[in-house]
Amino acid sequence: MANLKTTEKKTKAQSMGLHTEVLTGKTQQKFFNPDEAENFYYWGTYDVDFNKRTELDVNDMDCKEANKKIDELMNQGYGTIVIKNPQGKHSLGVGILNKLNLIFEGSLGYFGVGSIDGPTVRVNGRVGWSCAENMMAGKVVIEKNAGSCFGAAVRGGDLICKGSVGARTGIDQKGGTIIIGGDAGAFTGFMMQRGRIVVLGNVGINLGDSMYDGTIYVGGKIGSYGSDAIESPMTKSDIDWLKRKLKVAEIGEDFDVSKMTKVVAGKKLWNYDALEPTEKKGAI
Amino acid sequence: MCGIAGLIHRGKSSNVGQELQGMLQALKHRGEDSTGYALYGDTDGQNFIMRFKVGENVGEGSSSVMEDVSVYDERKKIVDSYISQMGAKIVKEERTLPYSLRYEIDYDKGDLLEFSQKIESIPGVEILSMGKSLEVIKDLGNAKAVCDRYNLGDLVGTHAIGHARMATESGVDIKSAHPFWGYPFSDVSVVHNGQLTNYWNNRRILENKGMRFMSECDSELIAVYLAEKMRNGATLEEGMKDSLSGLDGVFTYFVATKNSLGMAKDTMAAKPLVLYESDELVAMGSEEIAIRSVLPQEIDTYDPFDGEVKVWQI
Repeated sequence: MANLKTTEKKTKAQSMGLHTEVLTGKTQQKFFNPDEAENFYYWGTYDVDFNKRTELDVNDMDCKEANKKIDELMNQGYGTIVIKNPQGKHSLGVGILNKLNLIFEGSLGYFGVGSIDGPTVRVNGRVGWSCAENMMAGKVVIEKNAGSCFGAAVRGGDLICKGSVGARTGIDQKGGTIIIGGDAGAFTGFMMQRGRIVVLGNVGINLGDSMYDGTIYVGGKIGSYGSDAIESPMTKSDIDWLKRKLKVAEIGEDFDVSKMTKVVAGKKLWNYDALEPTEKKGAI
Repeated sequence: MCGIAGLIHRGKSSNVGQELQGMLQALKHRGEDSTGYALYGDTDGQNFIMRFKVGENVGEGSSSVMEDVSVYDERKKIVDSYISQMGAKIVKEERTLPYSLRYEIDYDKGDLLEFSQKIESIPGVEILSMGKSLEVIKDLGNAKAVCDRYNLGDLVGTHAIGHARMATESGVDIKSAHPFWGYPFSDVSVVHNGQLTNYWNNRRILENKGMRFMSECDSELIAVYLAEKMRNGATLEEGMKDSLSGLDGVFTYFVATKNSLGMAKDTMAAKPLVLYESDELVAMGSEEIAIRSVLPQEIDTYDPFDGEVKVWQI
């Protein structure tokens, strides 16, 4: 553990009373300094021109080579990149932190376009497990089906699958919107914390299991509710939001959203430790 | 982790040995401790094909004990004499490796339980498969290494299932490798990706009913479980549906018979499976890249949902 002590020479942040300690030894601590411009630099981002378009055939590349090549193209200012022959490879298009039009002409494997912050992505095929995991911002549209853990832990942006998705869609979701045109598997919205999930088709068992917060809208049948997930009445603002969102998402524009089922957290698990044993049983 | 793959051609034969090798090699990052093939070849259906081993591969990474080849020879002699005693006749004999053999046997009694029990009463001998179409080939190494070692690339047939193994629950050896034969049923084989948590309870129950286990690999339970169900009159599909509640844990498994191929996924959908289905071909694997090795063009695939069981006929 680093050794903490007070310092006599104060930085600007210290003089503002933000902290007093300094770290010594092997650990180097860098404090925020508003005078240093590099503190405002978002590392790994590029200014790109959407009108500058190129194609990249990744048939003979592994995912590292392909991602490095995408990075190089963004560095050259290309704002629209079309990926040919992705062939179900894993981890393609990950870690893109700037605006970009990224088009995959084919299918992706696991962890496609994970940890992105800003790009607009269209996949003209299917995606495997954990697509767009940890997405911060941007828009991702999948034309066909998706595997399990679709949109795991997303924090923002719009994630749209026009087909059906596997189990645990939106697991640990912390923000943003996930829209599914077809059916969704078991444990949809498992431990969801914020954001919205919209499923136009049916969902499997244990919907919204142990969700903390957030909202799930289901157009079809529900296999079963998970622990602490409850039905809630649809309001006018729900209906207006759904209509607007489905239109923007280019999916289900004619869908009668007023007949959807709204599912939220019962929030009994919030005070789980304070409950009496019989109440705990009821909560579970 | 492990990876599984399978395919079935409907209404025609194809080079399933080469195709499955490509699928399993694409999944080699999921495990290279051992690789196994269950291939359903085009045969005349007259004789039984028995794949068996008289020892283990003791190469690099193996958890088996080295034995002299003379020990294998001695075991083979006893197998030959027992086959004769059972009223069967060896029509063709191939010794691919010192410890691995393939016999074509003329045996008309049809009771494989008695036959298998007799052969496997010899210490160190295990029947890997027995059937009129099925051949199970499994050994240490990745898909290409095993395919080359056993010259499987030319095998023509209708369907096949295979497994790329990362050993977690039991040793790195052939006896723990997949596929498992659905002993004592002719032409039944199983591969599995996952972990069964009620293995020992089920094993004790099944052993008390006279079923046999050759390894301590939890996946073997699925083959034995289904075999016991079928022995009691259930169809393959009924047995598979029953397994969703009878087996505890996480699993996706494939089972194949002479004329069919099936898949089952646990009720938590915890293990991956991607499926491609058309009138001519069904191909499935733990990851899409396995299917891409036989279908490089753009195709529609999907993940089966939790608790799904599907069976296709050739």
